[in-house]
Amino acid sequence: MTTTSTTTSRRTATRGSQGPAAASADWLDQRTGIAVAVKGLARKIFPDHWSFMLGEVALYSFITLLISGVFLTMFFVPSTNEVTYNGPWTALQGTRMSEAYASTLRLSFEVRGGLLMRQIHHWAALIFMAAIVTHMMRIFFTGAFRKPREINWVIGFTLLVLGMAAGFSGYSLPDDVLSGNGLRIAQGITLAVPIIGTYASYALFGGEFPGTALIPRLFTVHVLLIPGLLLALVGLHLAFVFLHKHTQFPGSGRTNTNVVGYPLFPVYVAKAGGFFFVVFGVIALLGATMQINPVWNYGSYDPSPVSAGAQPDWYMLFLEGALRLMPGQTEVVLGSFTVPLNIIVPAMILPGILLGALALYPFVEAYASGDHREHHLLDRPRNATFRTSFGVSLLTAFFVLVLAGSNDLIATQFHLSINDITWTFRVLLFVAPAIAFLVTKRICLGLQRRDRELVLHGHETGRIVRFASGEYIEVHAPLDEDERWLRVQQEPVRPLQIAPAEDSRGVRRKGYAADRRRQRLSQLFYEDRVEPVTPRELAAAHEHGAHPVLEPAEEAAQISAGVH
Amino acid sequence: MKALAARRHDRRAPVVLLLLALLLVGGLYAALQPAPASAAPQAASANDVTNGEKLFAANCATCHGMGATGTNAAPSLVGVGAAAVDFQVGTGRMPLAMSGPQAQRKPVVFTPEQISQLAAYVASLGPGPAIPTAEQVDASKGDPANGMAIFRTNCAMCHNAVGAGGALSQGKFAPNLWSTSNTHLYEAMLTGPQSMPVFNDANITPQEKRDIIAFIRQQGGTQPGGLSLGSLGPVTEGLWAWVVGIGLLIGAAVWIGAKSS
Repeated sequence: MTTTSTTTSRRTATRGSQGPAAASADWLDQRTGIAVAVKGLARKIFPDHWSFMLGEVALYSFITLLISGVFLTMFFVPSTNEVTYNGPWTALQGTRMSEAYASTLRLSFEVRGGLLMRQIHHWAALIFMAAIVTHMMRIFFTGAFRKPREINWVIGFTLLVLGMAAGFSGYSLPDDVLSGNGLRIAQGITLAVPIIGTYASYALFGGEFPGTALIPRLFTVHVLLIPGLLLALVGLHLAFVFLHKHTQFPGSGRTNTNVVGYPLFPVYVAKAGGFFFVVFGVIALLGATMQINPVWNYGSYDPSPVSAGAQPDWYMLFLEGALRLMPGQTEVVLGSFTVPLNIIVPAMILPGILLGALALYPFVEAYASGDHREHHLLDRPRNATFRTSFGVSLLTAFFVLVLAGSNDLIATQFHLSINDITWTFRVLLFVAPAIAFLVTKRICLGLQRRDRELVLHGHETGRIVRFASGEYIEVHAPLDEDERWLRVQQEPVRPLQIAPAEDSRGVRRKGYAADRRRQRLSQLFYEDRVEPVTPRELAAAHEHGAHPVLEPAEEAAQISAGVH
Repeated sequence: MKALAARRHDRRAPVVLLLLALLLVGGLYAALQPAPASAAPQAASANDVTNGEKLFAANCATCHGMGATGTNAAPSLVGVGAAAVDFQVGTGRMPLAMSGPQAQRKPVVFTPEQISQLAAYVASLGPGPAIPTAEQVDASKGDPANGMAIFRTNCAMCHNAVGAGGALSQGKFAPNLWSTSNTHLYEAMLTGPQSMPVFNDANITPQEKRDIIAFIRQQGGTQPGGLSLGSLGPVTEGLWAWVVGIGLLIGAAVWIGAKSS
């Protein structure tokens, strides 16, 4: 009784002195105790770098997708019932089509703002996937996936795969010829799965292709199942970012145990809030000025026609490329069984290898380095030679496949023979990643040597000094402490050392073979490396040679020049 | 030079001058370039056949042989009809400039009158498809919806869903159809030039051919939804998403990131 009265009296007392915002915040706090949470969140520090905003691009394009997607569901009819089109698009008038296609046309031509919303939704999907990929590149090349963030890497990878599934299920919905072609390929791949293929296809499509069950099913998958999973995993992804704290680039004052940056409120709330509008604005600009997926061009779905230039959206293009590269003669018939290696290899094994390598890389690297420590400080890509080279070669493989998926357009736009292009890509798929690996490795090692050189000898100034003895030297300006720290802070990772094969009494050690395999992998990762300059090396470099002697005199000259 | 430099107040002046020079050159080219010849079918006479024979002997017989009976280098033209000549010569594909995967569209060499004379001569060698009448190729009389349905099942697999063109084997290609004249579209269907199959009147009726022309005439112009990006499909869309979309967004991120430090 007394408690109630004091609360009431305090509220009445404060109402006069507080503004409406503070009063409502107070109201909320007294009922939820949210102030504690807000205080913690608002003061949370985040480091600053442009590349830390790539994930935000993905998040904001996802929000754009959700908003525009809600609008589209108001008008889209996920049904394969046949109707006769009588809308304003003359090239389709009087033709029979599914309700899904007809409602997409109505959405495009008759619903106010419908076409803009459709185009924003589709461009946002392309940007979403592109942002995920660029964000992933940043995480990968800076080693942000290391302990304790391996789980978040796997969640991010799952988001990538779910994004592909969301895109594919989305652009398959309008039931136009192009999307039907894509579904037919998906069904072909399903059929090619050994043993369960035919059953799986019948189950997914509710009978023979295309059937009437698929569009409503895809709709449920696209508007409920995948967005739900995406939302949940995005929430988990962000929760882990909060839990682990954000990684930061190395630099003076930044260590593995601190976070140097700005508080969430007000700096990042303003920056991130503003950036949402930038992302939304760019997507709206694309949607307003550039046509995307003009379904009226393709016509309503009919399983017989396939038009030239039939390709999936860019994030599925590597699969299309793999299928286009695979020679068709690899289909094997064993007795009464057909083993369609021409589909199993490009549509299952190859993506399995590429995506599997991406998903499992953090664990392989941890195994190879034997490093169980937490890492909150990012690597400069050059200092992780193997990782950077491997990432570039993986990207190269994907890029070759994307180009192979566009081989017909390359042929027409550059007046080349499609046969030659296809053969070139068949070779490049194996050769280009290897070349990319070696070239990147050389560049990384070269950059590291350059860093050593800089630390030991300083910047070239271009000033030549002649001594009385006639000797010429170039004056090198020493690095300042920040510059030097950036180049010497990294800890070199060396190949694992293992216990010898036999113990002191000459008995063969159990598990030596496994250890040796692990060591070989570790050598592959870390054998070729450039060690950072040690303090002793630095001191030695400063002791010998003429220019450290010259430097104080130089400084004195500059100071006196400044004084005069 | 010094006087000129002294009077040049603005450092943007060279850019402006360059732009003006480009505009001038471009404008002059637009004004002076030869107008593309248009092929209008005309009624043939005996005189035309004689003149056509002379033109043929001078320009075509090297490859197609005297009397157009063909050589190892080029096929016989007996029975190809006036439509084939009007298409091949009227689009500049013939006379061939050089051998390659296929004859390419290029500036027309002959006047419309000369083309009709050549066509009359070749038509006189044996019966073949004639040049279609203006009514046969009148797009306003066609049904674009029916045209689209026929185009989709017969043409789109090579020429793309809306006729933007596509690749064939060994460097050959199905060209973009948007700038091809109605008559040439009709003649191409009728005679099947190069890798293209013949769509005779039993296969696609004259009425249906006109429907296809009506459909093609709707393409390539202003499209709903903004720039069509060549109507080439998802690959160009993906390219622009990366170049414009991600390009702008990374630019914005760098800008926002640079604001604090």
